[in-house]
Amino acid sequence: MDARLLVEHIPSLRRYARALTGNAWAADDLVQDTLERACGKWRLWVVGSDLRAWLFTVMHNIFASQVRRTPPPHAVVPLDDVAHEVQGLADPGRDQGTGLDLQRCLMQLPEEQRAVLLLVTLEDLSYAEVARVLGVPVGTVMSRLSRARVRLQELMDGASAPARPGLRRLK
Amino acid sequence: MNRPAPPPTDDELHAWVDGQLPPDRRDAVEEAIARDPAVAARVAAWHAQRDALRRLHGELLDAPIPAPLMGALDRSQGGSWMRWGGLAAGLLVAFAAGWIGNAQWAQWSAPRAGAQLARAPALREFVHDASVAHAVYAPEKRHPVEVTASEQQHLVQWLSRRLDRPLKVPDLSSQGYTLVGGRLLPGETGARAQFMFEDAAGERVTLYVGTLDARIAGNPTASETAFRFASEGPVPSFYWVDQGFGYAIAGKLPRDLLLKLATLAYRDLS
Repeated sequence: MDARLLVEHIPSLRRYARALTGNAWAADDLVQDTLERACGKWRLWVVGSDLRAWLFTVMHNIFASQVRRTPPPHAVVPLDDVAHEVQGLADPGRDQGTGLDLQRCLMQLPEEQRAVLLLVTLEDLSYAEVARVLGVPVGTVMSRLSRARVRLQELMDGASAPARPGLRRLK
Repeated sequence: MNRPAPPPTDDELHAWVDGQLPPDRRDAVEEAIARDPAVAARVAAWHAQRDALRRLHGELLDAPIPAPLMGALDRSQGGSWMRWGGLAAGLLVAFAAGWIGNAQWAQWSAPRAGAQLARAPALREFVHDASVAHAVYAPEKRHPVEVTASEQQHLVQWLSRRLDRPLKVPDLSSQGYTLVGGRLLPGETGARAQFMFEDAAGERVTLYVGTLDARIAGNPTASETAFRFASEGPVPSFYWVDQGFGYAIAGKLPRDLLLKLATLAYRDLS
């Protein structure tokens, strides 16, 4: 096994973890745990199989056990939201408002739906790969994906208008 | 006479949005999308959501890797990781110096070059250039194109030669758009071509094409991307990548109409 292969995946692991946990610190902790676990158990990776999918499997297992240990995952969200808001005030990027809303709405999806949506959308994993990563049937992946997209849309539609009166466009 | 293909299922619409639809169902699904505005609106919303999610923390893909993460590789090195300790340290220094580039990543993962491309700066630039080229030439009254549609054969031969790839002009007439002509443009990664179309009301759309990654250009096994919607430039566009070649349909049009045109063009060109 070649360390370069693993290093290559760190940026996408970080992005996925960031969107999954909604928190920059928690995300990098999760990536670090994943890398350590992967290094420790690299013999479990079947040479020639998709390393990326395997890394996401490792990450998912760690994340799932963390969620089980700490039932209210939302407790970590507000801190991060505040951090982002402070950043947003200093440098109001064009996508900042939408990005904030989007991450907040993502966090309101059940973890299993969020994971499916992000693995499909961010990582371009095939539905079959997502099923293997999460250890569920493909049919379950499809129904979670469908519910995640519909629910996220509803949440975003609800979040955009009344929550941000200060951003109304002036004609 | 064949029996009509079954209408697309929800799963197939998701698969279409995610670029995971089996090729033999693509025509039927795209026809259903083009036919039914409600279905088109749904898939367009999913596309937009997909784009927004991919933008959400996209900066992390180009960000330097924090030292603790590289350290995690070192600390837990056992067995064969030892051999790579020096390399990892070298990479750490390189990252600290701000050496980040999709080109370098791509060297390590040539088989996944197509997937890498989806987030490469070259693609962002390409889409932006398409939008700007539309904004510059579409309002032009007297010289919107270099070669007009009356010389379509010459136009196609000329641009194919300059882009080093056989080009085709898609037929958008089913949506009321006919060819005005085309022009050659410079791009970051070589020559680009712009084809301009116009409807009866004079509304113009442009198709912008060019090589994005010469290493995988023309390679039929290179992965392609799903349609992506971009609204960052002066005019919105739908874009996609096929065999290292980029395509962008730009125009000041409602998203669903733009998607329909992109679907038509994609079907004609692939």
